[in-house]
Amino acid sequence: MSGGPVLILGATSGMAREIARTFAAAGHPIQLAARNVGRLADDKADLETRHGIAVTLHEFDAFDLDAHKAFVDGLPALPAIAVCAVGAMGQHEENINDPKAGAQVMRANFEGPASILGHLANAMETRGSGTLVGISSVAGDRGRASNYVYGAAKAGFTAFLSGLRNRLAHKGVHVVTVKPGFVATAMTEGMDLPEKLTAQPVEVANAIRSAVQSQKNVIYVRPIWRLIMLVIRAIPEPIFKKTDI
Amino acid sequence: MTNLSGWGRFPVAECRVIRARTQTDVARALSQGPLIARGNGRAYGDSALNPDLTLDMRGMDRMLSFDAETGVLVAEAGVLLADIIAAFLPRGWFPGVTPGTKFVSLGGAIAADVHGKNHHVDGAFGSFVDWIDLMGPDGRITRVSRDHQPELFGYTLGGMGLTGVILRAQIRLRAVQSGWIVQDSYATRTLEEAIDVFEDHLDWLYSVAWIDCAAQGAHLGRSIAMLGRHATPEDLPEARRSAPFQVKRKRSLTMPIDLPGFALNRYTVHAFNTLYYHLGAWKAGRTLVDWDSYFYPLDAIRDWNRIYGKRGFFQFQCVLPTDSARTGLHQLVQCIAASGQGSFLSVLKRFGAQDSRFSFPQAGYTLALDFPANDRSLALMKTLDRITLDHGGRFYLAKDSRMPSEVFAEADPRTEAFAAMRRETGLDAAFASLQSQRLGL
Repeated sequence: MSGGPVLILGATSGMAREIARTFAAAGHPIQLAARNVGRLADDKADLETRHGIAVTLHEFDAFDLDAHKAFVDGLPALPAIAVCAVGAMGQHEENINDPKAGAQVMRANFEGPASILGHLANAMETRGSGTLVGISSVAGDRGRASNYVYGAAKAGFTAFLSGLRNRLAHKGVHVVTVKPGFVATAMTEGMDLPEKLTAQPVEVANAIRSAVQSQKNVIYVRPIWRLIMLVIRAIPEPIFKKTDI
Repeated sequence: MTNLSGWGRFPVAECRVIRARTQTDVARALSQGPLIARGNGRAYGDSALNPDLTLDMRGMDRMLSFDAETGVLVAEAGVLLADIIAAFLPRGWFPGVTPGTKFVSLGGAIAADVHGKNHHVDGAFGSFVDWIDLMGPDGRITRVSRDHQPELFGYTLGGMGLTGVILRAQIRLRAVQSGWIVQDSYATRTLEEAIDVFEDHLDWLYSVAWIDCAAQGAHLGRSIAMLGRHATPEDLPEARRSAPFQVKRKRSLTMPIDLPGFALNRYTVHAFNTLYYHLGAWKAGRTLVDWDSYFYPLDAIRDWNRIYGKRGFFQFQCVLPTDSARTGLHQLVQCIAASGQGSFLSVLKRFGAQDSRFSFPQAGYTLALDFPANDRSLALMKTLDRITLDHGGRFYLAKDSRMPSEVFAEADPRTEAFAAMRRETGLDAAFASLQSQRLGL
């Protein structure tokens, strides 16, 4: 099986690596984009060696909004599928005490991803086809004391994706929102995560691929998260504010 | 902290685990004190456990280059043989040597210098390794090979991760024409006959025998001996010739629970072995077997290690030199059969010559067995240790979780040289496992 090129934005993360592999295994050429693409040389070699597909590397800075349009125009081909895995969690203490640090987290999880997907959406709309995949978070489903800066940024991104989906529904462009829940990656290393709720990066990748194929709108990688977040969202605010979830 | 164990689920140790995704991660971990690198956890015992710091190498699993003319592959240590097969068998290449599971990492295969059913022809995994990038205690990377630092290269093959962290390696794959194996199997009435099958068919690439370790008396050591070679298109039925690498994907079964201890006793083991023998005898002759069923029958049952219950199991694997193999094996099998303990499936293989600095194989016969982790098994294995020592045999570290250091030292004069090399080069201060500590390496 093969298909059009798949662009991975934020390609240096462990999750992005598995996503690239999953699409490469299905025969898609891959475009890897990240800051400092030198770090992606081995990943490019890996994808080419394993799957015999073509891989191109593209310098991309989510913070450099002015460059985003040129980035999209400069791609060797407009991707069939674009996956935005850009994001940063930061340290919550720092995020709430230093507005600048908080702003960086919001830019990394919302502003930057929204900007680049906006440009890609316009190009795909003109073409009349494509799939955009945004990796958001269950943290965006309700603000919590322990990570609301990150959560707020993800909430913004989730809303952006849902609006984009709505706008493009009749234009041949599909938008998938992915809420992975806990994932065993470098970002969460050392955290004490419950095993039953923690997905492996390869699970995220497989879930994304099947969501793209079956044109799902919003997916939770482990289905249990849909239920958990349903419950968490349903708790009335007067009670919620007293909890320590 | 994570509870870790080897595949035998004994011992379990609470370990601090760091996952390496880049070589910078490895260097950083090395600065934090003695550690052991761990691949996919398929060594049976405590080879890849270090409570202070266990370095999980599965994050480094990239394939870096492949030469489609020569079958030369460069890959990171965390790549699994299963990954290699998935990528290259469809293009006509297969690992030169494979152990009985495809879920071992490349680094682990090198560290244990694993062997397969073709040792008598090709030697162990190390025969197919051109070079290894090894990170030393100071974080510096050395590319060791037969030409460059041959001593360190030799010690790294079978060195159980105690010579440095294996980052990546270049290996040679074997060109094959199909994903199928032509298998000839023989039901032998005794152990001696099984050995005769091996000796009479040294020209076959693969050979292995399953021994019924529960049978006694006239049936002692009766076996199903199996020979194999890679099938050519001419060996395949007409319908398969157009897609010789395509085999049916089996549904994998999962062992859903830990079996309770009483499920495994002399009666069930005896019954299983008898059944297995007669099934084998009934199916004896020439068959065509797909690569996965042939090399990795147990991989088809996920978590098969739960058969032995929560307490886990011991593996025992020794090799006896050719001269004393017949008498030694006879004694080992007799002792096991008489004890009534044991092993669901015992495996006998022929080894060819191997001259290595520290790794396990040597010319002769190797016998591998598993036993439930309990005191009776420990006592039995003491006897088996003695028989092995008396016949000039030695022991496989990738299977070991309980050997006393004296036994290991007595079996193998190379042990002292290995330990001395580690002391003199300061490797002992940087690389250690529960096993290396137990064995005084």
